[in-house]
Amino acid sequence: MADTTATFTGGGAPLGTHTPSPPRDGELKFVMTSDYHPPNGTLLGFWVYLMSDCLVFACLFAAYGVLGRNYAGGPTGAELFELPLVALNTTFLLLSSITYGFAMLEVQKRRQSAVIGWLAVTGVLGAAFISLELYEFATLIHEGAGPWRSAFLSSFFALVSTHGLHVTFGIVWLITLMVQVGKHGLTAPNRRRLMCLSMFWHFLDVVWIGVFTFVYLMGVLP
Amino acid sequence: MDLVKLIFGRLTIEAIPYHEPILLATFAGVAFGGLVVLGAITYFKLWGYLWREWFTSIDHKKIGIMYVILGVIMLLRGFADAMMMRLQQAISFGDNLGYLPPHHYDQIFTAHGVIMIFFVAMPLVTGLMNFVVPLQIGARDVAFPFLNNFSFWMTTGGAVLVMMSLFVGEFAQTGWLAYPPLSGVLQSPDVGVDYYIWALQVAGVGTLLSGVNLLVTIVKMRAPGMTMMRMPVFTWTSLCTNVLIVAAFPVLTAVLALLALDRYVGTNFFTNDLGGNPMMYVNLIWIWGHPEVYILVLPVFGVFSEVVATFSGKRLFGYASMVYATVVITVLSYLVWLHHFFTMGSGASVNSFFGITTMIISIPTGAKLFNWLFTMYRGRIHFEVPMLWTVGFMVTFVIGGMTGVLLAVPPADFSLHNGLFLIAHFHNVIIGGVIFGIMAAINYWFPKAFGYRLDAFWGKCSFWFWLVGFYVAFMPLYLLGLMGVTRRVSHFDDMSLQIWFQVAAVGALLIAIGIGCFLIQLVVSFMRREQLRDDTGDPWNGRTLEWSTSSPPPVYNFAFTPVVHDNDAWWQMKQHGFRRPEEGFIPIHMPKNTGAGIILAGLATVCGFGLIWHMWLVVIIAFVALLAVAIGHTFNYHREYYIPADQVAHTEAARARLLAQNG
Repeated sequence: MADTTATFTGGGAPLGTHTPSPPRDGELKFVMTSDYHPPNGTLLGFWVYLMSDCLVFACLFAAYGVLGRNYAGGPTGAELFELPLVALNTTFLLLSSITYGFAMLEVQKRRQSAVIGWLAVTGVLGAAFISLELYEFATLIHEGAGPWRSAFLSSFFALVSTHGLHVTFGIVWLITLMVQVGKHGLTAPNRRRLMCLSMFWHFLDVVWIGVFTFVYLMGVLP
Repeated sequence: MDLVKLIFGRLTIEAIPYHEPILLATFAGVAFGGLVVLGAITYFKLWGYLWREWFTSIDHKKIGIMYVILGVIMLLRGFADAMMMRLQQAISFGDNLGYLPPHHYDQIFTAHGVIMIFFVAMPLVTGLMNFVVPLQIGARDVAFPFLNNFSFWMTTGGAVLVMMSLFVGEFAQTGWLAYPPLSGVLQSPDVGVDYYIWALQVAGVGTLLSGVNLLVTIVKMRAPGMTMMRMPVFTWTSLCTNVLIVAAFPVLTAVLALLALDRYVGTNFFTNDLGGNPMMYVNLIWIWGHPEVYILVLPVFGVFSEVVATFSGKRLFGYASMVYATVVITVLSYLVWLHHFFTMGSGASVNSFFGITTMIISIPTGAKLFNWLFTMYRGRIHFEVPMLWTVGFMVTFVIGGMTGVLLAVPPADFSLHNGLFLIAHFHNVIIGGVIFGIMAAINYWFPKAFGYRLDAFWGKCSFWFWLVGFYVAFMPLYLLGLMGVTRRVSHFDDMSLQIWFQVAAVGALLIAIGIGCFLIQLVVSFMRREQLRDDTGDPWNGRTLEWSTSSPPPVYNFAFTPVVHDNDAWWQMKQHGFRRPEEGFIPIHMPKNTGAGIILAGLATVCGFGLIWHMWLVVIIAFVALLAVAIGHTFNYHREYYIPADQVAHTEAARARLLAQNG
């Protein structure tokens, strides 16, 4: 894991390459005669991408913040949300984060089949989350509370389904990685990819905690 | 019937504007020109070469050049729109209705704005950063070379969609930011706004990824010894620009997605009924839009810093203050968005806050100007073409900046809002800043990219026509704005205004000659390339690392990674009598070319086209194919290769011979 965990400490130019006291004229070395590999930037890049994704969610949260009480004579959150169902859903997603963590622990121990096993459990929990969400959406639309009913419901559906789409994409990615780990083993590129998906998956968990609090718990308040 | 609808959606033969003579003639011209180009490529058997060496290339230098070519081509389209507007406004007075019906005129001003910002300024700036930054920091390529290629083709895909709207259907008639409710499905039921949305979404993915890419490149891939405060100023401004891109473009993606939901799903984010709030769109789009103007102008501030130092033969004055000014502008650019709509009615306190933050931005910008002036002070100034553009910028941009501060005063803004004074202001800063900067940069780095300088005579012609043309075209607009004339108007009844519009039209004509001179400059320089050739790799006696390698640089940029001890690394190397090592070469690790980028972007563009025309079958097929290709690409683990040491030695020996020949 050294190549994945050490990434944030290296900042472009390794400090060891220039001496603490500046050498006198004529002694300066202007080229590296040995091979030079800058540190891999994948994890930083993925982090930066996640932060940009976070801004997409920030916009959707802001839209919900502005429009979340514009019921336009339609149903309110207090009338629509079934907290026990959402609690179950939240449990699935939080558990899936833990199981992904177990998968990463197995990556450290280089136990390939255990990694694939924990990834499978994670994927099943993610799928359960998506299924419950789809069930919730279907119920809402069936009750006449579709996204077109009011600005509140528009912003609710946009925020929650954007999160759901991310989880769906995460599951597709997870399956791809399971195949790749099965095929090529826990090679350095695969470990890096697992690390990226790990960040993605935990990020979605954090966003969901925001959704659960901000949309559902505060939404059922009068 | 249903099958036809399933495949073609709402696209019918009526969507082809064969009854509009202007569009038909344009189409004939474009089709003819396009066929000639395609025929020539086929005749000279260039397809294989283009595909292998350019389209699938992950070399940051080639991608940068392709970005600039895209920007210049789109400049011609965007400028044609400008000429059409100037002509219409110059003649459409009283009984004369001009030659453009309002619905056509509205499409033109929308397309002009969208194209000039997204498909001219953005590709030009991104292309420059792509080409220059890895060279300046002593890197072999960007952090994610494949993503770089993909980003370029996504930007191109967006440009293709905008161009298609000219001949298939129509473009938006809403102005370049497509405010709802006008851009909602009730007021704009046709495909125009959909073209707008999907062109920008496709291009936006490219811009965002390229932002992430360059940001990581600058943070991670600097040569040993190049600390943050030893980075060249252009690299610094690029870093800040890419931070802005990463932090601003997601907002554009989100707000356009919400507008698309309103139009496609029937949600109520920005509608007038059922609880929607159109002003939320205006807020969100400017939270992206204001940083966007700094995304465009910060890199050219960097260009001017490089040009001024090089052509004054001096170290840049106030390097640290330049860096801090850049960072302060980066932060402040997020705190001013509301000045675009003081008239929203958010109250005196909110307007005061945003008015004051806006005025504060002029302080770091002013610091930069003084730094450039002090760099020139007592310098040995060479008035080469890039320097001319820089001096032209310094004068012009100050005027634009001052009218900007005028507009930042909320009470003044109430009377100037939505008027031609504003139009004159932002053209003043975008032409006088961004365009002048890009022209300076093209003239400055062209010899690095191609190995020969651009012809100075035609460069000077281009500069003077642009400069004079700009003032003739836009000073009348300031006056008209002060008289209360509003923007986006295609016909006037007050005959006393006509003379000003006629003067402005003459100005636009002068700019057209300036663009013509630039194109001639490219051709003449190519013809005279043997006289203009530069074998040293350092034609201007430059200061930063890109001038230390050959022109054009080898695919690996530097045979040996440079070690940096100073801000002006190459200058210091020259001062110390640096000699290129001529032996001991080692194999160089490089990324391989791939066609995945252009294929993915092509599929995304088809998907966008399908969404515009409601061709759901096409959308599904293109999307599934997109996913399949993307996943398939991840199964390719062999993306790198080594350039053998003797090949490096061969390339470097050829350069050594060339240098020896020229003494």
